[in-house]
Amino acid sequence: MSQAHSALAEQFRDLEQQREASSLGMWVFLVTEIMFFGGLFMVYTVARAMHPAGFAQASRHLDVTLGGTNTAVLICSSLTMALAVYASQVGRRRMLAGFLALTIALGCVFLVIKAIEYADKFHHHLVPGSAFSFAAPEARPAELFFSLYFAMTGLHALHMIIGVGVVAVLLVKAWRGRYTIEYHTPVEISGLYWHFVDIIWIFLFPLLYLIGLKR
Amino acid sequence: MADRVDALFFFLLGVSLFISLLILVLIIAFCIKYRRRAPNEIGAPIGGSIKLETFWMVVPLLLSMVMFGWGASLYMSMQHPPPQAMEIYVVGKQWMWKLQHPEGQMEINELHVPVGRDVKLTMTSEDVIHDFFVPAFRIKADVLPARYTTIWFRPTKAGRYHLFCSQYCGTNHAVMGGWVTVMEPAEFEAWLAGGPVEGSLAEAGERLFQQLACNNCHASSGKGRGPSLVGLHGSTVRLQGGQTVIADDDYLRESILNPRAKIVAGYGPDMPVFQGLVSEEQVLQLIAYIKSLAPPQAAPGQPGTAAESKRPAGEAKKLP
Amino acid sequence: MSTGTGASVPTLGHENYLNVSYGVKSWLLTTDHKRIALLYLVSITLFFFLGGAFAVLIRLNLLTPQGDLVSAETYNKFFTMHGVVMIFFFLIPSIPAVLGNFLIPLMIGAKDLAFPRLNLSSWYIFNLGGLFTLYSIIRGGVDTGWTFYTPYSSLYSNTHVVATVVGIFITGFSTILTGLNFIVTIHTMRAPGMTWFRLPLFVWTHYATSLIMILGTPVVAITLALVAVERVFHLGIFNPALGGDPVLFQHLFWFYSHPAVYIMVLPAMGVTTELITTFARKKLFGYHLVAAASFGIAVIGFFVWAHHMFVAGVSPYAAMIFSILSYLVAIPSAVKVFNWMATLYKGSVSWATPMLYGLGFIGLFVMGGLTGLFLAALGLDVHVHDTYFVVAHFHYIMVGGAVMGYLGGLHYWWPKISGRLYPEALARFSAIVLFVGFNLTFFPQFILGYLGMPRRYHAYPPEFQVLNVLSTAGASILGIGYLLPMFYLIWSMRYGPVAGPNPWPATGLEWQTPSPPPPHNFDVTPVVSWEPYDFANRPDLKYPAPAPELGHFQPAAQD
Repeated sequence: MSQAHSALAEQFRDLEQQREASSLGMWVFLVTEIMFFGGLFMVYTVARAMHPAGFAQASRHLDVTLGGTNTAVLICSSLTMALAVYASQVGRRRMLAGFLALTIALGCVFLVIKAIEYADKFHHHLVPGSAFSFAAPEARPAELFFSLYFAMTGLHALHMIIGVGVVAVLLVKAWRGRYTIEYHTPVEISGLYWHFVDIIWIFLFPLLYLIGLKR
Repeated sequence: MADRVDALFFFLLGVSLFISLLILVLIIAFCIKYRRRAPNEIGAPIGGSIKLETFWMVVPLLLSMVMFGWGASLYMSMQHPPPQAMEIYVVGKQWMWKLQHPEGQMEINELHVPVGRDVKLTMTSEDVIHDFFVPAFRIKADVLPARYTTIWFRPTKAGRYHLFCSQYCGTNHAVMGGWVTVMEPAEFEAWLAGGPVEGSLAEAGERLFQQLACNNCHASSGKGRGPSLVGLHGSTVRLQGGQTVIADDDYLRESILNPRAKIVAGYGPDMPVFQGLVSEEQVLQLIAYIKSLAPPQAAPGQPGTAAESKRPAGEAKKLP
Repeated sequence: MSTGTGASVPTLGHENYLNVSYGVKSWLLTTDHKRIALLYLVSITLFFFLGGAFAVLIRLNLLTPQGDLVSAETYNKFFTMHGVVMIFFFLIPSIPAVLGNFLIPLMIGAKDLAFPRLNLSSWYIFNLGGLFTLYSIIRGGVDTGWTFYTPYSSLYSNTHVVATVVGIFITGFSTILTGLNFIVTIHTMRAPGMTWFRLPLFVWTHYATSLIMILGTPVVAITLALVAVERVFHLGIFNPALGGDPVLFQHLFWFYSHPAVYIMVLPAMGVTTELITTFARKKLFGYHLVAAASFGIAVIGFFVWAHHMFVAGVSPYAAMIFSILSYLVAIPSAVKVFNWMATLYKGSVSWATPMLYGLGFIGLFVMGGLTGLFLAALGLDVHVHDTYFVVAHFHYIMVGGAVMGYLGGLHYWWPKISGRLYPEALARFSAIVLFVGFNLTFFPQFILGYLGMPRRYHAYPPEFQVLNVLSTAGASILGIGYLLPMFYLIWSMRYGPVAGPNPWPATGLEWQTPSPPPPHNFDVTPVVSWEPYDFANRPDLKYPAPAPELGHFQPAAQD
């Protein structure tokens, strides 16, 4: 999608048309992504409506501190990404590269924290499957909850990994000076993607971590 | 019911035939009348007509609303069995139908019913989704695991009719069927009387109730560790946390197999889980027994209507 | 495929997308939408005949009530593979990926789709998904039915569900990317003067189709992925014994798979509109309304999914809402049919092969649509649901509708794709064979369904045999109708008479460039200054000289 090698691909009339097409393409892609996650959110909604107590019970086994930290990390990464887009618009190469690097770093921090959480779940036999064990009476709904926890955060983490990869490519190209005031569409549309992945987390965090909190 | 379904079918068939013949005739007529007579001929420059467009949007809309209303009213009467229907319990499994009469007769892939009586089927599945389909009665309903679905019919003519499974359920789906035999009432009584039967369904449930030691806690006096079950079916039960549920078949089933899902207000989560310990048929026997425990004042077979049965279930608050 | 020139027949001299380069690599690495369309044509033709082979085996097995040909287990795999291959690997990509890919840039005056490399990768993704499915067939197949209902698919079937589901999941992305590419292209790449209301209806229907592709496909992808994950890791999302809900799967599945029917039939409606206008040489009656109807169908189509579940224990009030919405979706479909009919009025109607397909489409689509009204009527659906009535209904829409549209379009644009004309008499003959064979195959199934024969039955009570034999006999005629075009179309690529840029002639932009089109479609960017299908105001169109024989189609003179 990113036409990085030559500024203008041959099927387009001008850079403006190309920018418009790329940007619309990303928006359409994000709509698809919303429907993709939407299927999971739908399953979550139905399952939680069927087992409200079990879901609350299971949710207490998630670490709100780690989850909250991750939320903060991601919000910061959205800020650095937005600043990177700004840097590309005003054509400041070093600033652009710097903020992209920061975004990558924050993305990696998120993934490391996520990995720590996953390891903890393995350790406590909270991974659905034959080894799953849950002391409270709501073992079955809890297993359902953790199935959805791994499906949803796993899919989100996959999007984060892809995002980090995309931003890494941007960083290399930005360092080589590929992006100018006239042509920086790839930075803009990758920014859209990054913010989207953030927003998904903003929904995941309360639905998974906070529903069990005592009122 | 079959007559009403057929009436709707032939109405739709008539409308469809009329519309498709109209379109067919017009298309053929236009194709012949306006066939190309010279290779450089072009058609008349007509762009459209709001009047015509409105006409052929409004007329189909009105027609289809008639179809909708007719179909929906038929569906609603299919969904609501008459109150005095005889109730037969059906369990589907790969690949057979197991049916139990209230009098205790068990049948496999066969169902005997009398002419002229309403028959209500309460159905569940032991494994995958099946579907109980008797084309002659124009009835069909999916049979789902872990849930009860119901249909009803009233046979009007004696005879043997096909019973099919019509939801794909695996290898022998095509042979998961049998016969519904409709008999004259007298013959049916004779059939009911014949064959070895150890008491009615409710009696079987009662025996099971004692075997499983349910009566130790669920004393009819209401003073046990569990709530009394007298008059429970059809009543409104208050749960821990303040919600209420209607004690229907699905609620009873869940409370037997997985009692901790909904706990009656005033009682603890003490009852063991019976999932895997009792079969679907046995659950149905237990439900039949619980249904038979009508309170003295309530009209038999009409649970839930008497004010008596609406007493708050937590009244026998005994345990902390 | 690269046969652009022939020694003994008139050659196509100009540089075009077929002869601009040769060799396998120039095809497998092409980013030209026209070549990618032909790559798709090859892939889906293979899948079509694979799915067709399963159909033949199904029909042969049903010749006898006991189902003597194969065992029940094998039969169940046959109808599953027939459904999976035909729906996910033929019908959904058929018109969009072949004709849409080829024609949308040409019709709007663009050099290519907006994202040519994405377009090529869609084709690779499609084939990758196909390979997974082929692998599962070779390893013994899958027996869940193409609907993959849980808990049978997730817990009970011991066939290759995961490989098949992964194949469909992967192919879903090719559908999504194609839809994305179309939407962006139609929005941003239109030639100067090509306003929204000058677009051919073919483009409008593809826009509506693309909306369904991007909104629906991800949902079925995640749903099927959950089935695979549930099988592998023994999760309980759809398992009632673990607190899950098997009916939730049906909701999620049909949320895509009902609109998917419109992915199949909307493009065919677009093709039919082009055929009717060109061969009646007349403006489309009610252009704006026909365009709007496409969107009406696409949008309402998203809210009717539970009409597949009227007997699945859903709440009766929910069922009523879905029933009324299903009737509403019939209105835009009816509008289209009436407008096509009105377009014929006072036209100059030619009975050329594509027109026969177009008229065939209308006839079969009307029957498929009207029987849909039977299924939407709640009380009646209870009886005919999951019987052969449903099988007949959706084959009238999908085979009678979508495949007739696809073949009609293939014939109509074949001169543009290949630069040559197919043998007209043979083509008309096979169109008629197809129409007759189709009705003989599927009409008896309506009666079977009303009599109560359930679908997916390996064996059946003997009283249903006569109608089943009729259906199988029809299928053999239908098979000939499908094989003939494959032979004569391939033949015509080398030996057919040269077509010229606009043989019919038609008004669309795609006919303004040589056949086959040059690599970048247009030598100069076209500027559009005319209304769609406006034969009366198009002095540039060249009609053939009057010939003595009336009522017969004559190809236009060469340039």
